[in-house]
Amino acid sequence: MIPTATGFPSSKTKDGALYLDNAATSWPKPPGVAQAMAQFLAEVGANPGRSGHRLSIEAARIVYSAREAVANLFGAPDPLRVVFGLNITDGINLALHGLLRAGDHVVTTGMEHNAVMRPLRDLAQQGIEFTQAVCEADGTLDPHRIEEAIQPNTRLIALNHASNVCGAILPIRAVGQIARRRELLFLVDTAQTGGALPLHMENDCIDLLAFTGHKSLYGPMGTGGLILSERINPADLHPLRQGGTGSRSEREVQPDFLPDRFESGTPNAVGLAGLLAALEWLQEQGLETIRTHEKALCADLLDGLINTPGVIVLGPQDAARQTATVAFNIRGMEPSTVGLRLDEEFNILCRVGLHCAPSAHRTLGTFPDGCVRFGLGAFNTAEDIQQAVEAVRQLAKEAP
Amino acid sequence: MNEAFAVILVDSTSYALRIEKLLKQQGLACKLIPVPRHLSSDCGVCVRIQKQEADVIRTLLQEDQIHFLTIEDV
Repeated sequence: MIPTATGFPSSKTKDGALYLDNAATSWPKPPGVAQAMAQFLAEVGANPGRSGHRLSIEAARIVYSAREAVANLFGAPDPLRVVFGLNITDGINLALHGLLRAGDHVVTTGMEHNAVMRPLRDLAQQGIEFTQAVCEADGTLDPHRIEEAIQPNTRLIALNHASNVCGAILPIRAVGQIARRRELLFLVDTAQTGGALPLHMENDCIDLLAFTGHKSLYGPMGTGGLILSERINPADLHPLRQGGTGSRSEREVQPDFLPDRFESGTPNAVGLAGLLAALEWLQEQGLETIRTHEKALCADLLDGLINTPGVIVLGPQDAARQTATVAFNIRGMEPSTVGLRLDEEFNILCRVGLHCAPSAHRTLGTFPDGCVRFGLGAFNTAEDIQQAVEAVRQLAKEAP
Repeated sequence: MNEAFAVILVDSTSYALRIEKLLKQQGLACKLIPVPRHLSSDCGVCVRIQKQEADVIRTLLQEDQIHFLTIEDV
């Protein structure tokens, strides 16, 4: 797919800024996404699954198709096991708060985002224990560390598939096999990898897969959720919210069936219409094509930064072992200064600081100062990488 | 057209949509309609089918392990 000016949206904003913050939110989106959302609002717009009229059913049909597309992408056993929520954080909270009870122990890693760490810290106040398996200084994980952290009361292993800070890919299949062998449940935060790397719930032994629509699935914000494997009994997972579902209206207790048990309130159907269009685009392109493209760009970026005097690159420094997200620092210059100067003087938009992941920064040795992160996406080009490397080179020259 | 109908009652709209998809694939006529009040006080939808095809559809759903509550004549 190498994106070109013809047929693909530009990675430059209207005022010419280069967007390198795809690890936070992918931008631009495939053209069909905005179109599908506008069309939903203009032509469908009714409340899905609530009223029995044809417009409501049409809205529900779009939501159901999005559910099927998500299920297909992640190898989910059944579209009705896809629970839509606000975003991936919502999905992770449902998994952790819904599943864990006092006395349970969780194994996680030293590379987690606050989407996992904050719920775990909160649950620790309620008698739930957790252990963070130590990761290497480049953000990678030896799966044996997970095995070593398992206790008699361990119930769940929870980790991210790749670091949002430095892109390091964690060995989820090996960890999934450990979980299966030790009869533990396995939760994977796929924020950085859903749509970017191959993932399959059954093959990777994933019981709870949290996903987001607005990063590498190329959909809009406000879409995401949690997929439950057949090893998860919905009755064992307590819903975070109760309320109207459009089903069993005669009863004032929450339904016990999927996905209604976990989907109270009107869903973001307009967002899901956009997500559906994004997933159709993703399927047309093929994950493999996008991954090949992003991997080549990532290799060029790593090469350029590693060979720039004064630049310290974090993470695996190997495009095959990381997502297309690259973290670095310029010696003698604060990340916040680098970010501001890249924005104001070089017209490059990226993210600096701690990236909501203090734990990961501790592992990488960059806490509390943080780092600079370039998050590449499907619409970036080789020219974008040259521009980014040149900008960093100039800043590094000026650093004391 | 034979106007004798039956309806498949389901847990929620998602289940109705799944059944609709399967029946359409099989070339069997169906329509999602609000659940008739005399069958259930639910505010959701059900799948209306031709009464004479009810037995075929019941077998099809059971074979495909598609969850439904009951099939009722209307």
